[in-house]
Amino acid sequence: MKRVVITGAGTINALGQNVPDTFEAMREGRCGIGPLDIPDVDRLAIKIGGQVQGYDPEDRFNRQQLALYDRFTQFTLIAAREAISQSGLEFSGALAARAGVVLGNSGGGMTTLDENYRTVYEDGKNRVHPFVVPKLMNNAAASHVSMEFNLKGPSFTVSTACASSNHAMAQAFQLVHGGAAPVMVTGGSESMLCFGGVKAWEGLRVMSKDACRPFSANRNGMVQGEGAGIFVFEEYEHAKKRGAEILAEVAGFAMSSDAADIVMPSKNGAARAIKGAMKDARVNCSDVGYINAHGTGTAANDKTESAAVADAFGAHADKLMMSSTKSMHGHLIGGTGAVELLACIMALRDGVIAPTINYEEPDPECALDVVPNVAREAKVDVALSNAFAFGGLNAVLALKRFT
Amino acid sequence: MDTSVDSIKTRVIEIIAEQAVLEPSDVTLESTLEDLGIDSLGLVESIFAIEEAFDISIPFNANAPQESDFDITSVASILKGIERLVAEQHG
Repeated sequence: MKRVVITGAGTINALGQNVPDTFEAMREGRCGIGPLDIPDVDRLAIKIGGQVQGYDPEDRFNRQQLALYDRFTQFTLIAAREAISQSGLEFSGALAARAGVVLGNSGGGMTTLDENYRTVYEDGKNRVHPFVVPKLMNNAAASHVSMEFNLKGPSFTVSTACASSNHAMAQAFQLVHGGAAPVMVTGGSESMLCFGGVKAWEGLRVMSKDACRPFSANRNGMVQGEGAGIFVFEEYEHAKKRGAEILAEVAGFAMSSDAADIVMPSKNGAARAIKGAMKDARVNCSDVGYINAHGTGTAANDKTESAAVADAFGAHADKLMMSSTKSMHGHLIGGTGAVELLACIMALRDGVIAPTINYEEPDPECALDVVPNVAREAKVDVALSNAFAFGGLNAVLALKRFT
Repeated sequence: MDTSVDSIKTRVIEIIAEQAVLEPSDVTLESTLEDLGIDSLGLVESIFAIEEAFDISIPFNANAPQESDFDITSVASILKGIERLVAEQHG
């Protein structure tokens, strides 16, 4: 089996419009969550989110492109440009024929849906723009990445709610690991901060009105974010031969299904995925120094996740660090695992652990070292990234420091 | 809405030129969509823009353009079709 390394990373999210700015914000424990700036926000009960600020699509794309690119596709392309540019790869000939793109996404072009539903239902019009379908389809982002960068190998979109990106990156890992592709572009994106998107989440009554405070006893729910995280996964020998800079090694992953409840998480399912990822990566519990938690800030997730980590790690659970960067960038739903993988790369490569901000009161049911409020320097050899989706679908990735 | 023949012509040429990323002066009555570099997606987008501009419904099926009761051979034929539809639907 082939070793898989990361040779490019890109992002746009509430903390920054590229990787260096996002790392800086994570190091400083900055909060990207603020008042939502969207139409009809006055009719929403939830008025905050991790929105990308200071972003003008016309600075990045021309009119024809914008007619076809929903906001989630725009975010994806911006992050893909950064990641692929960092990797130094150009796709042509045999490489192009085998390299592909697998992305995670949950809501598709929800802004496009929202706007066009307004057109036909609210404004009573009987005609919509001809590109509504190619704009809103969940695979639009993956397809546009394939077209912009000439990726002609295996390409598809994975949709498993909050675990979409982790499942997508697991597929990309497997394709490179098994030798089917020398390079895969992967990650995910989401943009559902529109009236309908937020209203739908409001319905579940799991959203916080003021802040995301994962693992803190006074937590009161999750906060939505938006953006994208994109990575270049490359076969190690391929990367070495061309002298590429290696950000980290993807060592393994595991998936599991709770087969239990459509919204409530299960300790068992989560623990099985965590243990499976360590086994796949051939690392011991004691090798793991950092976990980027799913850490949504809901009552149910945080205590279940803490119990699962305690179960999977035994005594070592008290020695490792686990933080939730959702406290800073919000929950990017189908794109969240991708942006959160950045925190794992920062831990492994730079030795900086992103904090869980807004942490105010210890919760005995979440009694782990959650790196409260302030980033920490530490040498980490192995990091895990957790994602536990609605519907009980879990995916955990294991990364190693590249030496 | 001004539905004089001249005004329809000016507006339609503006829409087609915008789609082709050209100046309106570069679009002649004899031009075909192919000459102007407008592909099938560009065509349906132009038809949408024309429908919006004149509040008309254009009977165009992208699966069978030649069977649609709307001739897209050239700018002139498109204009003729639009003039007829405006007269029928707003006459």
